[in-house]
Amino acid sequence: MRTLLCLTLMLSFVSTTPAKTIRVGETEIFKTITSALKKASDGDTILVFGGFYKEGNIIIEKSISLIGIDMPVIDGDKKVEILSIHADYVTLKGFKIQRSGHASIGDPAGVKVYDSKHVRILDNYFYDNFFSIYIQRSKHCIVKNNRVVSLGVDEQEIGNGIHCWKSDSLLIIGNYLSGNRDGIYFEFVTHSVIWRNISENNTRYGLHFMFSHNDSYFTNIFRNNGAGVAVMYTKHVTMMNNTFIENWGDAAYGLLLKEISDSYIYNNRFINNTSAIFLDGANRIIVEKNLFKSNGWGMKIQANGMDNVITKNNFIRNTFDISTNGSLVLSTFDENYWDRYEGYDLNKDQIGDVPYRPLSLFSVIVETNPPAMLLYRSFMVSLLDKSERILPSLTPDNFIDNIPLMRPLPL
Amino acid sequence: MIETRHLNKRFGRLQALDKISVHCQSSQSIALIGPNGCGKTTLIKSVLGMVVPDSGDILFKEKSIKKDYTYRNHIGYMPQIGRYPDNMTIGQVLDMIINIRSYQGTLDEDLVREFGIEQMKNKRMRTLSGGTRQKVSACLAFIFNPDVLILDEPTAGLDPIASEILKEKIIAEKQNGKLILITSHLLSELDDMITQIIFMQEGRLVFHKNITELHAETGENRISKAIAQILKKQKA
Amino acid sequence: MIRIIKFVILDIIKNKIVLAYTLLLAIFAWSAFSLEDTSAKGVLSLLNIILLIVPLVSVLFTTIYIYNSAEFVELLTSQPIKRNKIWISLFIGLSGSMAIAFFLGAGVPLFIYTEPSLSLIMVSIGMLISLVFVSLAFLSASITRDKAKGIGMSIMLWLYFALLFDALVLFLLFQLSDYPIEKMMIGITATSPIDLARILILLHLDVSAMMGYTGAIFKKFFGSAEGMVIAFFLLTLWVAIPYYISLRIFKRKDL
Repeated sequence: MRTLLCLTLMLSFVSTTPAKTIRVGETEIFKTITSALKKASDGDTILVFGGFYKEGNIIIEKSISLIGIDMPVIDGDKKVEILSIHADYVTLKGFKIQRSGHASIGDPAGVKVYDSKHVRILDNYFYDNFFSIYIQRSKHCIVKNNRVVSLGVDEQEIGNGIHCWKSDSLLIIGNYLSGNRDGIYFEFVTHSVIWRNISENNTRYGLHFMFSHNDSYFTNIFRNNGAGVAVMYTKHVTMMNNTFIENWGDAAYGLLLKEISDSYIYNNRFINNTSAIFLDGANRIIVEKNLFKSNGWGMKIQANGMDNVITKNNFIRNTFDISTNGSLVLSTFDENYWDRYEGYDLNKDQIGDVPYRPLSLFSVIVETNPPAMLLYRSFMVSLLDKSERILPSLTPDNFIDNIPLMRPLPL
Repeated sequence: MIETRHLNKRFGRLQALDKISVHCQSSQSIALIGPNGCGKTTLIKSVLGMVVPDSGDILFKEKSIKKDYTYRNHIGYMPQIGRYPDNMTIGQVLDMIINIRSYQGTLDEDLVREFGIEQMKNKRMRTLSGGTRQKVSACLAFIFNPDVLILDEPTAGLDPIASEILKEKIIAEKQNGKLILITSHLLSELDDMITQIIFMQEGRLVFHKNITELHAETGENRISKAIAQILKKQKA
Repeated sequence: MIRIIKFVILDIIKNKIVLAYTLLLAIFAWSAFSLEDTSAKGVLSLLNIILLIVPLVSVLFTTIYIYNSAEFVELLTSQPIKRNKIWISLFIGLSGSMAIAFFLGAGVPLFIYTEPSLSLIMVSIGMLISLVFVSLAFLSASITRDKAKGIGMSIMLWLYFALLFDALVLFLLFQLSDYPIEKMMIGITATSPIDLARILILLHLDVSAMMGYTGAIFKKFFGSAEGMVIAFFLLTLWVAIPYYISLRIFKRKDL
């Protein structure tokens, strides 16, 4: 047995030629990346030294490592796709990749990965590309510590920062994304993780999920995007430890959930969003231990979902904690802390002795008649709200927290 | 010194002043008399600018008083019922008026002294009797040594001694060449003080005559009798 | 004129009601901030004070004070003083006292407990609202000689602006809900000083909600520098116009 193992090991060693290192630079033998790629074979490393490389479309069809030293610039001259990766086990590291072509057909990108496995894109700076990183029909790829900046003005004239389509098992880690259409875009992507990214000032969403099941995103920051994070037509998504902050605007949400089910929203922070979470057609979602602070609306729940559990969250200083468009409520709201709660706790068990109704009459009025917002905090409106609290008649009576907490949870 | 031209004033249905034209000179002491509600006080208040006439004009030293207020520097006014801020003391009221007028000349404090106002200085206005209020009003009218004195029922409510003091003062000021306008119901009181009479009825001027003229016409020495005779004549 | 203002202010201080009002505001403000664990709730309590108590006290105290100083005014009119000056002295004395009372009572804790931009806007609005209702009191006191009627009118004015107006707006909103009335609503709010004040503060307190939906239209208008200037200008008009009308009436008034 042991000899067999030795034999196979030796055989494999012999069959592969030893990996070599090719150097590209002004003072090196190879002046261009393209010429170096021609010479290279699988397993080789190409070192590219600082400089300016404008070589049209560069196609990588071998399993090589392309590594920039001192941030060489690869320029697309606004005409072409800059790097096209058609091979497994490719590593791209340490480049400034800028000015890809802009076109509505073919979606040119800074780097596009076609039908490949184990591609790694590390420590690059993408600047002013149409799409920056585009991964399609690929598996086990890593996109890590890249800085992706586009000069997004209009949604139509700009692509996504990291765009993934029909892929599986991707890792998107520690990237910074700004000024794109969507910071990160997932469509038909499964079993992937998005971790510790910062996505801000994008014209549409900070993160956008479509038909992407069994994914997770942790500890990301989504700040001041056109509409925060959107998760649509998706199942089994885990959203944890993220911060959704200052997603302001007409149709802006911290987190937009549309036709989504069986997902878990845990320990996120929603601060200063127009609407922190908007649930439209959401089923079996657990919203647990999140902080909702200083939002216009804490949660907007459309009446077309069911069996959602909202528990152990802190609702602090939101203009409206909850609002809904219908009268049917098939979700539960137990064991949250509501800073508006005015009940008492006689037995000192830290649970309010009277149930809390998070839905105010005025939020219902505003839902049907938005300009009424103008009257918010007027004496008339406070009077209406107070009387409705005492004698509910217009708000659905099963919209209720039976175990309201007296103190905010330590989150 | 003071001239009114065709003054008209209505209070609702009541014609308080009906084309009143009178002319008053300095060194004259004029009694404004007439039955209750004949417009005496309205005329006085018009001259003071407290009532705004509907039409007509008032001249003070040949200048219209419309859009002017400085002429009031030359007028001392003693109202029929002096109304003062309740929680100020007599001293404070006097000080305040003196302060506000920023009067440069020497103050005429004869009345203050003779009425014994100094001793009452710390009394609050709300605690005062009608007579004491009148004393304060009188002091305020005379204190700035004005060219014109307008006195609305000056002796009403005053005790005989105070009344006598005030009369003496009025006569003295008349002799100083000032114009004095007095309204009074007590015609008997007026005998020694006045040189002319303006008689008003229902807002109209009935006559404006010299007292000697009046005596000659009626053959009566007392004003009250003379007036009574004239009224009888009118009725007849 | 300064002498008359001095007398008015001294008299108001002697009156002690304004002192009590200042003290009350202070007690309310300090306790609101120290009892609540977040300053936000204290701000809300103060907002209600600005929108209800401040207008009520300002309008009532001023009306009563004007009627009670009728003698004083009468005394002054027989003196060589312009009527304008008497009226404006009274106005400056009263509005100054009310504004200072608000500043000392509610302004100081606001500056201590809240961020500068919010406290600045709340203090300036609270003082402006004091002036607006002093001015409205001048109007109702000049319209009628009858003290009871004048006070009644002041209370009606307060009731209208503090309560009825909002009810009417709400009614209007529901009647016209099918039409795009957002821009019209901006115009309508300009006709109530309390609503103007409330919206200006709202834009600072509930920024997030105001950024969305129709709020954005109001935000765009009132939140911009020009909108702020316009809103403050409108509030100033609410001080100036009632006072000016009352002055016109007072100048022609028979005493």
